[in-house]
Amino acid sequence: MSSKIDYSLPLEYQTEQNRLNILGFWIFLGAEIVLFATLFGVYGVLYQRYAGGPTHQDIIMIKDVLIQTVLLLTSSFTMGIAIFEMRRQQLKGLIFWLVITLLLGAGFLFMEINEFIHYVHLGATMQTSAFLSSLFVLLGTHGAHVTFGIIWAIMVIIQLLRRGLTPTTARKTFIIGLYWHFLDVVWIFIFTFVYLKGMVG
Amino acid sequence: MEKHTNRFPISHVLGFIFSLILTFGAAYIALKTSLSFKVIMWIIGTLAVLQAGIQLFMFMHLREGEDGKTNVINIVYGVFMAVVIVVGSIWVMSAGHAAH
Repeated sequence: MSSKIDYSLPLEYQTEQNRLNILGFWIFLGAEIVLFATLFGVYGVLYQRYAGGPTHQDIIMIKDVLIQTVLLLTSSFTMGIAIFEMRRQQLKGLIFWLVITLLLGAGFLFMEINEFIHYVHLGATMQTSAFLSSLFVLLGTHGAHVTFGIIWAIMVIIQLLRRGLTPTTARKTFIIGLYWHFLDVVWIFIFTFVYLKGMVG
Repeated sequence: MEKHTNRFPISHVLGFIFSLILTFGAAYIALKTSLSFKVIMWIIGTLAVLQAGIQLFMFMHLREGEDGKTNVINIVYGVFMAVVIVVGSIWVMSAGHAAH
């Protein structure tokens, strides 16, 4: 494997190792698409099996869902700005936008946990019906990904503070950026096919 | 994959504005119109796919790098698998094959 550095490229693409790591992460994201597809598949099959328990309209707080959506959407945008700053070699700007992204992500997570508590208070738990089991597994898997992403990004920020912008730290930042955008893509489908669909039908 | 020398991230801002329009557009169509369930699902499903495309191309730079083509093939295959899994599961479980 060559360790030649190609200075004509952005930092994160400058070494062969970096390019391979980024390609590898895209392949991982392909597998993540399939993981979430299985959960969407289960939900799509079971979403009307209420077993006498609460239905979508009984539990969904659509205003809160819209706020969650805007928080995550905005955090995906600020993550994009962070990478933009990285390509301008602005370490301070990069870290600033990463922190904003994490605050928005934490806000999303806070609202989602509140939402789950609200559901449980209404008697809508994982054990209530097949609809709710599949709903909690789908939302919970996404929420767990967001939680993991926040911890991961904090560690990347610590490395950036200690080592500055190098091809290695730039690659790590770029990859957490891809991961974060991916979580927003999954949320778009949860928003559409869980919440909006639930409110319509 | 240009190194950004310009100061303003125009494609990100445009992508963000489009995403907001698509999100609130979908919410409006689903919550405030009285179209049939099927029509609404087709419209908001299409909007969701469009928005995912914005994320992939405008935010994630799907096509950049020497592996751009590999990335696209990989993601297209992932999406194909996703459609087979979701549509296939729902079809098999609701078309009467499992009714016994």
